[in-house]
Amino acid sequence: MSDLLAARSQMAVSLGFHIIFAVVGIGMPALMVIAERRWQKTGDAVHLDLAKRWAKGTAILFAVGAVSGTVLSFELGLLWPRFMDLAGGIIGMPFSLEGFAFFTEAIFLGIYLYGWDRISPRAHLWAGIAVAVSGAASGIFVVTANSWMNSPTGFSMVGGRPVNVDPIAAMLNPMAFQQTLHMTLAAYAATGFAVAGIHAFLLLFDQTNAFHRRALTAALVLGGPAAVLQPISGDLSARSVAARQPVKLAAMEAHFETEASAPLILGGFPDANRGETRYAIRIPYGLSLLAFHDPHAVVRGLNEFPRENWPNIPIVHAAFQIMVALGSYLALVSLWAGWMRLRRRDLTSSRLLLRAIAVGAPLGFLAIEAGWTVTEVGRQPWIINGVLRTADAVTPMPGLIVPFLLFTLLYCFLGGIVAWLLYAQIIRSPKSSEWSRVYSPGALRRA
Amino acid sequence: MPDLQLRDVLAAVLALSLNVYVLLGGADFGGGVWDLLASGPRRARQREVIAHAIGPIWEANHVWLILAIVLTFSCFPPVYARLGIVLHIPLTLMLVGIVLRGSAFTFRTYDSQHDATQRRWGRIFSSASLITPILLGISIGAVASGRVGEELGASFAGRFVQPWLTPFCLSVGVLALTLFAFLAAVFLTLETRDRELSDDFRRRALGAGVAVFFASALVLLLSHSTAPLVRNGLMTSSWAVPLHLATGISAVAVLAALWFRWYRLARIAVGLQVSLIFWGWAIAQYPFLLPPNYTVENSAAATSTLRLILFALVLGGIILLPSLWYLFQVFKTVPADPAVTQTDPHTPPFR
Repeated sequence: MSDLLAARSQMAVSLGFHIIFAVVGIGMPALMVIAERRWQKTGDAVHLDLAKRWAKGTAILFAVGAVSGTVLSFELGLLWPRFMDLAGGIIGMPFSLEGFAFFTEAIFLGIYLYGWDRISPRAHLWAGIAVAVSGAASGIFVVTANSWMNSPTGFSMVGGRPVNVDPIAAMLNPMAFQQTLHMTLAAYAATGFAVAGIHAFLLLFDQTNAFHRRALTAALVLGGPAAVLQPISGDLSARSVAARQPVKLAAMEAHFETEASAPLILGGFPDANRGETRYAIRIPYGLSLLAFHDPHAVVRGLNEFPRENWPNIPIVHAAFQIMVALGSYLALVSLWAGWMRLRRRDLTSSRLLLRAIAVGAPLGFLAIEAGWTVTEVGRQPWIINGVLRTADAVTPMPGLIVPFLLFTLLYCFLGGIVAWLLYAQIIRSPKSSEWSRVYSPGALRRA
Repeated sequence: MPDLQLRDVLAAVLALSLNVYVLLGGADFGGGVWDLLASGPRRARQREVIAHAIGPIWEANHVWLILAIVLTFSCFPPVYARLGIVLHIPLTLMLVGIVLRGSAFTFRTYDSQHDATQRRWGRIFSSASLITPILLGISIGAVASGRVGEELGASFAGRFVQPWLTPFCLSVGVLALTLFAFLAAVFLTLETRDRELSDDFRRRALGAGVAVFFASALVLLLSHSTAPLVRNGLMTSSWAVPLHLATGISAVAVLAALWFRWYRLARIAVGLQVSLIFWGWAIAQYPFLLPPNYTVENSAAATSTLRLILFALVLGGIILLPSLWYLFQVFKTVPADPAVTQTDPHTPPFR
């Protein structure tokens, strides 16, 4: 394994690991707040239990997210010092704002988790809202920095150094809106469906359990609308990629020849050497329509670009298809659940729907991992699109396979522990008899 | 020259955020050290007090380090790149320590309360709390001794090991560890209403205070040959005598306050003492960020960037400082004593 590949792999493992926890840090606080608000309004103790259990889950996941995020902030320099040397002054602004947003999130999460007895219910709910808002904000700022790597603006290169630096222009780069919208919706959809899926699964065995029924509803309120809006946001993203990163778009679509009225290529095996994609389904005009909203638009193919500027086509193409397929599945299930709700039907009355939601539990996260694979692998060989190559940014440090293996092992270990803890401490549910015996509504509302 | 002031202001803010990290994050690491060294008949309750003191605030305290990192790469990008290359090994190990410390602490809080499980997480948490400060100190020592900023040798060892594996750097590592343990012990005297427990931490604080004295003396001794810039600053500059005087007075004040059980005074004095030691290093090194080649001036980012970062700092401060004040108001004005607050917020009522 070359040092460059080891560094890229370590970054991929670190990002792929961290993003799960970052996404949960955006989605879960919203769920806690929804449940706590319901409890305060209705006095229904099940909602309080939900809020507390979700808070407990958030605490575990947030802690791992905080430390793995710290690792990333160091790894940028440990693995890509030349990138940070060039880019630090240009995209420092969103990172600084992210620092503050994350700070706010950590402060109010501490207050939320440990403050049940120490502050008023109203202040407690507002602390939860502060966590949810700052969590979303910190995600938005970080993705802004990433979108700058895809569409770098706000500077010009003179003699290998950036001059005329305009950090605001860099932050408001042309892909920032599309990418942050896509990621924020993804966070809500993935978290919402993960929680909804777990409770839908448990409802299959315990259909009347009020705990799971309320959890399912709250989680779908968060995840459903986001999943339905996601294809629209995906369309915005794809069109900005078409305009700004034509090579990435061509790789996503495994599209080799420049042509007008380009078909949409579904599936298939792209063969970079032969310059064709075999065994694929082709939908006429599909790609031109999607990328430019015009059935006759010309879409540039990979062959128009020098081979050394191609990313790994099969990986990008496959990851893109996986993301779209999983996202579409979640959107359809959300529409189905919404339709049931609109007709005032009990969601749990359809075992098929419950199964469909349960299947969706991991899919949002898989879609996110696939989507980031598209973003990151699709930008290669560049670390800053068109400006700096990844190979030129890597540290001169040899033997990078060692830290790569070290962090991979560490994260496998942590991932296993977290999964076990979530199962043993949170998901394993109370039976309805269990909580109804102990709870009496109102008794738990503290004066 | 307004430009000069701007980058100096940002360097000062960078140092300030590191200073706060040393005080707050440092005390959290120190708490882990005392968890490891918990002993005597009240061993279990010492650990409880430590866990309750750290629980609500360690994540927020930890962000001061991230803030320092972000300020480094935004305002002084070449410095950040250089640190990443030369200190790759100690920083990577420090990261492993940070990850294990934070996650083991959280796992211990939320995993089953069986003794064996708790002990296992406790061991990981406390040994990571022991190793991480040493690595942080080693990295600071490498910067202070000018080995990160100077021309590097050609061999692997010359480039990636020798700059930080020196007696001086190790002594700074030990100093960081003793300082953090000292801070934590003093802070912990105020985290319980139980007089016996307070006394346990008081004894530990007094012991750690003596250890700090010896570690500082060792660092100063070794700085003679290996960190001339800092040594000269600390010995011969015009501010050296007042600084040492102030540090000495606050050190004596901590010990005296501990002796007479004036814990609130001790808390203030120890914060002052540690900050003075920190600023002694920072000012001695100024205007160098990584002596001898990287200065505040030659590694600062574009003025447009610096101006905006300063703006972001002010904006962030407006949100952050009241929030932080509220956090500490909620948790640190009354001892978070497990004996006093009976209910564990995380245990649903049916368990």
